Amino acid sequence: MRIAASFISGGLFGLGLVISGMSNPAKVIGFLDITGNWDPSLALVMAGGLIVTAIGYRLVFRRAAPVCDSQFHVPTNRVIDARLVGGAAIFGIGWGLGGFCPGPGVVATALGYSEAIAFVAAMLVGMWLKDRLFGTA
Amino acid sequence: MTEFTPVSALIGGVLIGLSVVFFMATMGRIAGISGIVSGLMNPKSSDFGWKLAFVAGLMVAPFVYAMMRPEDVSVAFPHSIGFIVAGGLLVGIGSRLGSGCTSGHGICGMARLSPRSIVATLTFMATGIITVFVIRMIGGAA
Repeated sequence: MRIAASFISGGLFGLGLVISGMSNPAKVIGFLDITGNWDPSLALVMAGGLIVTAIGYRLVFRRAAPVCDSQFHVPTNRVIDARLVGGAAIFGIGWGLGGFCPGPGVVATALGYSEAIAFVAAMLVGMWLKDRLFGTA
Repeated sequence: MTEFTPVSALIGGVLIGLSVVFFMATMGRIAGISGIVSGLMNPKSSDFGWKLAFVAGLMVAPFVYAMMRPEDVSVAFPHSIGFIVAGGLLVGIGSRLGSGCTSGHGICGMARLSPRSIVATLTFMATGIITVFVIRMIGGAA
């Protein structure tokens, strides 16, 4: 049940990324290039995702627990610290450099692009490096 | 440069939203891709099985879609491979240090109006925009 639910979730997510154009670095970079030939498409990806999620989460959280678990696992931390801001800043630089965030990198890897494979390999090294440099917390 | 594609962008966004909501309804978790992918490096964890299943779905569905409708799928790389690899490294470090990426903060957290996610999303949008601007200024495209 948990495996099937996760597989379906991943599949829907991947379809959304490939159909929306998020898995195309040219489109992501075109979106970030607000002073150039700006392509606002990804703002609509985000808007569509946010509206569905905001409504859907409200309905889901009316239940006492999710279908496949005894409780919801939702972050409760509300502290804005240097790790959060610094990490997000580093992430954004990487996003602008490659035109990929993690999901689209994995999707383009599945489509067989060698640049995407190189991106994902470097990303996994970066994730490992973060634990080495800053701990697993 | 790419064209504005509002219809496919909205359809894709809605699918991402449905995935995120379905995942919360069934697994009770935030669909944060960076957290799920990094979990693959920890095969002894009890969460390894479902994380692997999620990533399998994330790869299989677009692969099948691209086989069926190759004309709808385009992937192009404006920046050089050196920038792409450096980008991967920084995305890996930054997403873990900042506890999330475009999915976990940008969609799941923003939809919950989490103050941390709102700050993270505004921050990575800003540094992403600055990075692309600087690369265009120094002429670092491929």
